[in-house]
Amino acid sequence: MDVARKSFIKHWQLYLIVIPPVLFFVIFKYYPMLNAALAFKDYNVTKGIWGSPWIGFKNFELFFENPMFWTLVKNTIYISLYQLAVGFPIPIVLALALNEIRSARFKKLVQMVTFAPYFISTVVMVSMIMLFLAPRLGFFNTAMNALGMDSINFLGEPSMFRSIYVWSDVWQSAGYASVVYLAALAGIDPVLYEAAKVDGASRFQKILHVDLPGILPTITIILILNVGSIMGLGFEKIYLLQNPLNTATSEIISTYVYKIGLLNANYSFATAVGLFNSLINLCLLVFVNSLAKRISNNSIW
Amino acid sequence: MTSTQYSIRNSIGDRVFLGAIYVVLTLVLVIVLYPLIYILSSSISSPAAVSSGKVWLWPVDISFKGYTTLFQNPQILTGYGNSLFYTVAGTLISVTLTIMIAYPLSRKTFYGRNVLMMIITFTMLFGGGLIPTYMVVKQMGMVDTRWALLIPNAIWVWQVIITRSFFQSSIPDELVEASELDGCRDLRFIWSVVIPLSKPIIAVLFLMYAVGQWNAYFDALIYLKSDHLFPLQLILRSIIILNNGSGTMDAMQMVEKQQMADLLKYSLIVVATLPVLCIYPFVQRYFVQGMLVGSVKG
Repeated sequence: MDVARKSFIKHWQLYLIVIPPVLFFVIFKYYPMLNAALAFKDYNVTKGIWGSPWIGFKNFELFFENPMFWTLVKNTIYISLYQLAVGFPIPIVLALALNEIRSARFKKLVQMVTFAPYFISTVVMVSMIMLFLAPRLGFFNTAMNALGMDSINFLGEPSMFRSIYVWSDVWQSAGYASVVYLAALAGIDPVLYEAAKVDGASRFQKILHVDLPGILPTITIILILNVGSIMGLGFEKIYLLQNPLNTATSEIISTYVYKIGLLNANYSFATAVGLFNSLINLCLLVFVNSLAKRISNNSIW
Repeated sequence: MTSTQYSIRNSIGDRVFLGAIYVVLTLVLVIVLYPLIYILSSSISSPAAVSSGKVWLWPVDISFKGYTTLFQNPQILTGYGNSLFYTVAGTLISVTLTIMIAYPLSRKTFYGRNVLMMIITFTMLFGGGLIPTYMVVKQMGMVDTRWALLIPNAIWVWQVIITRSFFQSSIPDELVEASELDGCRDLRFIWSVVIPLSKPIIAVLFLMYAVGQWNAYFDALIYLKSDHLFPLQLILRSIIILNNGSGTMDAMQMVEKQQMADLLKYSLIVVATLPVLCIYPFVQRYFVQGMLVGSVKG
């Protein structure tokens, strides 16, 4: 405690400047967690959050009995797993391929171009998807018509929604995601490559036995982060891609929370749904992290 | 003998393998570039060419009608102005707050820094959720004001983490101690030593926050109701995604208006994205640096 007092006296300015950011976290991050008590209440605008009566787990029961429940969970998990299966390995392959390129200019060009779409906003990205997939004049339909096929209203087909979401995401973020792996590849000890050369390893064998093991720790950490966010599927892009025709596969937990909560003003219920989602997410992250720790000694904490 | 044979076969295999890699990467290049070029070309083609699907790769009947119409639209101009304001003001606030918390957290002499770091990091893993956060912002009286886009998401934990590790590795304790002996207080030290020495990380902060703020639409969607406060992204959404072209049209002008509406979508996309994509080639290395600082020392 004496250490603390000394530090306070000597560095009072540091403790002073840290107040506004700490207030930010208290007000906008921790206070909402307290407000999440709303999930256990029957919210009444006139009584406020704390004046409204407690109703226990009723909102959760309502959600579990809701016919939408399984649809929402299934849609969320399907999109996430599809995303994981496609979006996770592609940046690794891209990085491994780029790492083989000796021409610095070509390498730089590919990196520069593939990184660029990361800076496109969600709204613009969805606008582009809609323009390219439009039934009239859309690139894909025009091309299909030219090949003698009929037009498809891609965004009106529930079966197409997941692919549209996942592959457009690959287009937008694979280049960005590969940067971390490229850095890890650059950090591999050159001695290992020389040893592989002496052993007569082919390029492909070298990738398999030197490159991949070298970036395995990075791969594990990114995998943990990805698996941990399976239930935390982003709201922004999916909400914009939704239309009444595709909600059968596109309605996910976070878009449902927004609609029920803010558009229909059913605060308590929406909070319960959101809380359920965050809790599952947290459990998943903790579980995957401890699993990774046990298996490979790599973990994020 | 066998070993030379082996290495020759190997080198042929290697060459084929490398060739395949070049082919695949070239394909990747085309797939990523094509949509971007297509949008740009469409935006500077004539309305009729765009509407009849004549544009494939390069512009057809070059015209800047899309852009001139765009900049006569008061709604878009307001949105552009708002977005500029949110980006400049929001970035300044965010960078300042981030440094204010990252620097103390980087000093060993700061009591309780590990606890504070944990408290902050925890918000990355768990949050109260959409509605509880909305209610706090509402209680603060920020709903439907400009503050709603500047304050509730001002600090990103990830930025605090990378800034803190930068300070830890580039501002040695000896430097702080030496300046203390000279009677230099912390604030003065931050202003005249830390900030000048941390230009790379501050550049990263500025860029990431600025791009994030320019591209954001979610906070505006939930917190704003008045049109005159809308950032460009929200206006883009209503024009392109919800297809709400403004104004009524009479039958005579229908065709022309429809053509114009088609063209406008492309010009709008370019106008909204260009500021970010233009600075991107110059700042890419900062972004990469920023990501790597974070991934090396989590």
